[in-house]
This record gives sequence, structure tokens and C-alpha cells, in this order.
Amino acid sequence: MVEAVRIYGHLAAARVRADWQYRTSFVLFTLGQALITFLDFAAIAVIFGRVDVIEGWSLAEVAFLYGAGGTAFGLADCFISAVERCSQRIKDGAFDRLLIRPLGPLLQLSAEEFAFRRFGKLAQAMTVFGIAMAAVDVDWTLGRVLMVPSMVLAGFAIFGAIFVITSSLAFWTVDTQEFANAFTYGGNFMTQYPLGIFAPWMRRLAMLTGVAFVNYVPALYVLGRDGERERFGLPAWTLFASPAVGLAAALIAVWVWRTAIRHYRSTGS
Amino acid sequence: MGLWWAVMKRSFRRHATYRGATLAGLFTNTIFGFIQAYVMLAIFSQRGDVGGFDRQDALTYVFVTQGFLMVINVFAGPGEISARVRSGDIVTDFYRPVDFQAYSLALDLGRAMFQALARGVPPFLVGALVFDLVAPSSPAMVAAFLLAAVLATVASFGFRFLVGLAAFWILDDRGPAQILGVAWMFFSGFILPINFFPGPLEAVARVLPFQVMLQVPVEIFLGKYTGAGLAGALALQVFWVVVLLGAGRVVLAAAMRKLVIQGG
Amino acid sequence: MSAHIELVDVEKSFSVWERRGVVRRSRKTVAAVAGVSLAIERGELCGYIGPNGAGKSTTVKMLTGILVPSAGTIRVAGLDPQRNRVDLARRIGVVFGQRTQLWWDLPLSDSFELLRHVYRIPSDRFRSNLSSFVELLDLGPFLSTPVRQLSLGQRMRGDLTAALLHDPEILYLDEPTIGLDVVSKSNVREFLATVNRERGVTILLTTHDLADVERLCSRLVVIDHGRVIEDGPVAAIKDRFAGWRRVVVDLEEPAPGLDLGLAGVEVEKVDGPRQWLRFDRTATTAAAVVSAVVARVKIVDLSVEDPDIEDVITTIYTRPPTP
Repeated sequence: MVEAVRIYGHLAAARVRADWQYRTSFVLFTLGQALITFLDFAAIAVIFGRVDVIEGWSLAEVAFLYGAGGTAFGLADCFISAVERCSQRIKDGAFDRLLIRPLGPLLQLSAEEFAFRRFGKLAQAMTVFGIAMAAVDVDWTLGRVLMVPSMVLAGFAIFGAIFVITSSLAFWTVDTQEFANAFTYGGNFMTQYPLGIFAPWMRRLAMLTGVAFVNYVPALYVLGRDGERERFGLPAWTLFASPAVGLAAALIAVWVWRTAIRHYRSTGS
Repeated sequence: MGLWWAVMKRSFRRHATYRGATLAGLFTNTIFGFIQAYVMLAIFSQRGDVGGFDRQDALTYVFVTQGFLMVINVFAGPGEISARVRSGDIVTDFYRPVDFQAYSLALDLGRAMFQALARGVPPFLVGALVFDLVAPSSPAMVAAFLLAAVLATVASFGFRFLVGLAAFWILDDRGPAQILGVAWMFFSGFILPINFFPGPLEAVARVLPFQVMLQVPVEIFLGKYTGAGLAGALALQVFWVVVLLGAGRVVLAAAMRKLVIQGG
Repeated sequence: MSAHIELVDVEKSFSVWERRGVVRRSRKTVAAVAGVSLAIERGELCGYIGPNGAGKSTTVKMLTGILVPSAGTIRVAGLDPQRNRVDLARRIGVVFGQRTQLWWDLPLSDSFELLRHVYRIPSDRFRSNLSSFVELLDLGPFLSTPVRQLSLGQRMRGDLTAALLHDPEILYLDEPTIGLDVVSKSNVREFLATVNRERGVTILLTTHDLADVERLCSRLVVIDHGRVIEDGPVAAIKDRFAGWRRVVVDLEEPAPGLDLGLAGVEVEKVDGPRQWLRFDRTATTAAAVVSAVVARVKIVDLSVEDPDIEDVITTIYTRPPTP
């Protein structure tokens, strides 16, 4: 495990060094990403310029949701989303060389296609998150404090799993990239707002895919919104279910990926 | 005229072959439409009017925008032109006996026609099934919307053409192009309708060209302009089309000179 | 003692969808490899050739674990590539002639460093291997150059080094000399021969350049339509299919094709004063042909040619398949 992290580090660092050759693009891309995500939040700020609450959530509370979801997504985007590139690699014939090496292709892909610019997004989300945590009116018990890193890590695992699973589809069909976006970027979009605003079928989909557990459900605990929890019929234990959901998502993702690789090796795509 | 039609048709057909990507994109458009629709519902549960839109307007805006996205190609980066400049293939494009800008426009219109049919209409229909949406009130309004849509596409082309040619002067233009793309997305009304912006920001948006690519045609669809106002809105579109295409011609001439002098 | 590389009745079939009419599609099974059995011993330098589409790259993909066979067994260095891909990967090196394994935007030396980490090569072993390859392949001048700026020959030398840094037991080469100039080709062959001789690396060489085969390979395997059609020492194959020789004569004055009155001799070509005379080795000898020529005309020069490997292979590829 440590070995894998070390190798990931070397490969990713190599990619960053390579991208750094194109210095201006590198810097501008990173700024551009931060800007795009800033606009994302700007949209929410604009909305709150017109209304005071969304479904009873104040700006600070929505910012908390946004920050938590954005940080989880940002982490997954930085370290795992590169897996999406596998479909392009298969088309170019550049995938096989990953199988020649004594490493898993998942590790190699996410490290070799590492893009530093994605840190722009992560940084922005973390900033909003930090400010929101200070601004929000919460009685910070130990449980609540611990919930914060726990939900971010679980969210990282859940979004990471979504990236891996949707990328695995590339091994069976062509041009699935846009389809995957509905779940990855769509999922991220949904986590920016309290889940209550969405239709029941969308809420259930969010629960099923684990997206609801990235930030919304744990936030109910942190922000003490017990009434809302009861309104949606969520038993109290679900508030702490994020780590378990994250773990399950990760295991499912690994299984799907392995199956995809097995399929690739038997049909040669 | 026959030539342009042939170019458009060919471009249309070429994009029609990407069936899988189109279907997948359609799915994504629809999902995003639903997410945005519920955000709108949440906003309008608090107030009846925002910036002159009521709830129905906002919901319609969401679904028409999702359908319109691919037509105006909001997500295109610097794209093909820029790539061809960097690889040097642009030389063959310039030496064709047809005007490069007109040729590129014809290609883009062919693409836009396909996207309008394949991805423009379905999200709106799905939205209309679930929500109570607004539709143009008369055939004249439909015609006005279609005209506005074409103008929006041409304006968007004009902008992308300029950005693409920037590759002649800026060696690696992906960075600047991305920043411009961000500005475009925001100020065209894609992220939120411009009339939702706070006063100063809305004022800025209204002097930029991006609004005519998305916001204005959708507002026409919603029937927000009638009579003189409608003429004014269309005139604004025409204004920006002229400015952007004109700038495009100037830049194209400069690029061709540069190519001759420097040999590419 | 089992072979280093062993294939037993290996088959590989693909499903191909064919369009029938507007909407319907039917599935067809295409056999890329239709029953290949092969045993390559440790330290052999074996050529693996065949016409395009014969199944060469499919075989190599199965040996390296990229593809899994539809039937049959494969053992490489005692391991099953299907189950033990990662373990096997440590013991093999692969060079694709047309695609590089190196990191494109980084200096060559960076690629080697990365591979050191990927293969977990002990530092001292890495340093000693690297310095000997730098010397053998003259990499010094361009070690700090980004790979994208290297010439084809330089890149190939980099790829060869990259494939051997971790001391693999087996090296697979897919068209290593393609596109190289004559001098570079020669250097690459020299290098491969040295590696095979001094390090005992088993080499499987897939190539269309038959000079590679001639200069390097002790053994030749020919595959066509997914089956092995020839397998043996290069010299023996040449003998079997090279049952003829050629005498090229330069006459003092141009003349129509010579009729030598000897059985088994035919005039292949006439170009001015030069004539190419091909004869069947079992029917007559070079000496007899030359005597017959000299008896009839005055000649200025002559030479005797043996069929080259190209002629041999062409014969093999174009003969009707045995039922």
C-alpha cells in the first residue's frame, strides 16, 4: 500500500514536471479552474442575493454543503478522475503498455494523467468550506468535529468510486464520456444544494449512488437538523453511515474495474 | 450557394455519426436540466418574481438552455482551428479557393443544425412532460425565436473563430481560452439567467457579446420581447454578429499575412 | 527442464460484428490464432515472422498477458500470463517499434529513473545497468533531451534500454528496426546480439525486416493464418526452400537470352549485356552453368548468388497452404 502511494507520487510528479514545460498554460489552467469553480459558488451567492433561505438553509449552511461536497469532489478529481482518460488511451492503443508493467493499470492511469490544475478547484472548495465552518451557527461537539474529516474522506471515496465505475464503461462501449458526466459532475452539482429541494426520485437516486452521503446526510448531523432528518424518514444511525458507504463504494468500484480489465484482456477491445 | 449548402450538409452528416456520444450527451443534458429546475423551484418557493421571470419562465429557461448548449457549443475550447494552427495543417485550409471564415461558418452551421435537432429538442420535451413550461405564443414568435437562434449560433461562431485564430500569436493558448470560456459561460446566462445577477453585474453582462448567444434568444422564446422590444433584441444580436464576424475578417487577414511572412 | 516460453495448442478467437442490411448485425467468430504450439528455450534468439494478419501480435499479446487465450496453455518463465501478469511483468521487457514506452515530455534520464521506481530496481544494479547501456548504445549525448525531441534511432535506443534496465529474463521485440537508417539498424542488431550472448536474455523478435532475422536469429518460426507453418534453425529453412542458385553474367556484347542446353536452367532476366540465369541445385551446378556460358559467348564478369532470406520467405508465404 505504501509502495503504491510512493510509485503514484513518482509518476504523478513526472506528469507535473512534464506539464510544467508549458508554463503559461499550466498557470492559466490552474487559475482558470479556480475561476470556474468560483463562478459556481458565485451562482449560489447570487441566488442568496434574491432569497434568504433555500428550504430553510441559510447561506452559511449551503456554503457548508458546497464546501464539503466540493472538497470531496475536488480530492477525487485531483487524484482519481484521471481514470476517465482510459477510453482515449484504448482508442490510441496506448493502454496496452500499462499492462506490460508490474503495476495495476488503475494506479498508473490516475498517476500518469495527473493534472495539477485540478488543485485550483480543490483549493477554492476548501476555502469556501473553511469560511463556512466559521460562519455557521453550530455547537461544535467532539462528534461534530470528527464528522468533518470523516465525511470528506467518505465523500472522496464515493466520488472516486463514481469516477472509476463510469470510466470502466469505456471498456464495453465507445464514447461514454458524456454519460459519465451526468453522474460525476451531475453528482457534484446536486451536492451543492440541500437534497430536500429535489424530487423524491432524485433523492432516492442520490441515496442509492451514495451521493447523498457525501455531504448532505452528515451535514444534517453537524448542523443539528434533526427535524429534516425525520421528515425524510432517515433513521438516526444513517447520520453516521458515510464511512461505511464510502467503503462499500470503493469495494464496488474496484470490483467493477477488475471486471472491466478482465473483459479487455479477453476481447482486446 | 450550392457549395455552402453542400458543406453544411456534410458537416451535419459527420456529426450525425456520433450516435453514442449524442445519446449520452442527451442524457446528461436532461439530468442537468432537472437539477437546475429543482433549484429554480426552491428559489421560487420563496418569491414569485426574480428579475422579471416568474417560476414558469425560470423552468422554461432551464430546459431551453440545456437544449441550446450544444447548438452554440459553449464547451468548445479553442477547438479545431487552434489545433490546426499549431500542427501547421492550417496552411491547406488557407490555400483552398474558398473563404476560410465562410467555410468554417458553414461547417459550424451544419453541426449546429444537427445538434439543434438531436440535442436541442429532446431535453425541452422531457422537461415539458414533467413541468409546466412556457412556449412561444404565436407562429410569429416561433419564427422570431428561430431567427434569434441562428443569430446566436453565428455570433457564437464569430467568437470561437476569433479565439481559435489567437493560436497564431499565442503559442499555447489553451490557458487563455479556458479563462475566456469561463467568462463566456457565465455572461451568456448559462450558469444563471443574467437578470438574476445583482445590478452592477447585470449591467456588465448586458454590454458584453455573450448575452446574445444564449440569454437573448431564450428570452425571445419566453416572449419577453414584443413589438419594438423584439426588433431591438434582434438588432442587438445582429450588431454583435457584425462586430464579431468583422473582427474575424480583420484577424484572419492578419493571420494570413503572418503565415506568408513567417512561413507558418 | 521445461522451456522458457511454452505455448500448447493456443487459440484466440474474436467476435466480430458484421452489418447485415440496415439495422441487423450478426456475430462472426474470427480465429486470429488457431492452434499454436511452440517451445522456446532459455537464451534462444528466435525470429517470429509471418504475413500481415497472421497472428503474430496476437501471440505476443498473449505471451505478455495483455490478452488471454481462448484455449490452450501458456507458460512463460514458469508463470501463466493470465493469472500472474504482475509477477511476470517483472521478468519481461517489451519494445514496440512504433510506440514508445518512454515519457514523452521529459528528459530520457527521467524515464529511466521512473522505471527504476516502477520495477523497484536496486540502486546499484540500476546504476551498473544504466552505465553499460549508455556505453553500448552511446546514449550519453542525449540523456537530458526530452524524448519528443529525439530522432527515431535515438528513441529506439532509449526504448531498448528501458526494456532491459530491470534485468528481464525475456525480451519481446516488435519491429525494433522499423524506420531506422542502415547504420542504426546495424547498431541495434549488434546490441541485441550482445545482450543475448552476454546476459543470456531469451529474445523473441517479431519483424518484417528479414535482414534482422538473417543477422540475429538462430531459429525461425513462421506463422500464417494463425498457425505455425515453419519452425526450425534459419539455415535449415533456407536450405529447404532455397533449392536454387543464380549466376549473373555480364557479356561482352548484348545478346538474347542464352540457351545453354542444360536441364534445370532458366533465364530469369536480360538487361543489355547482363543476364540472370537461375538454376535448380539438384539438376546442375554453378560450375557447369558457367562452363556452358563461357563455351558460347565471351563474358566480361560473372557472379554467383544464393537466394536471400527474402526469397525464402516469399516462397514460404506464397506456396499453397498444406491441408
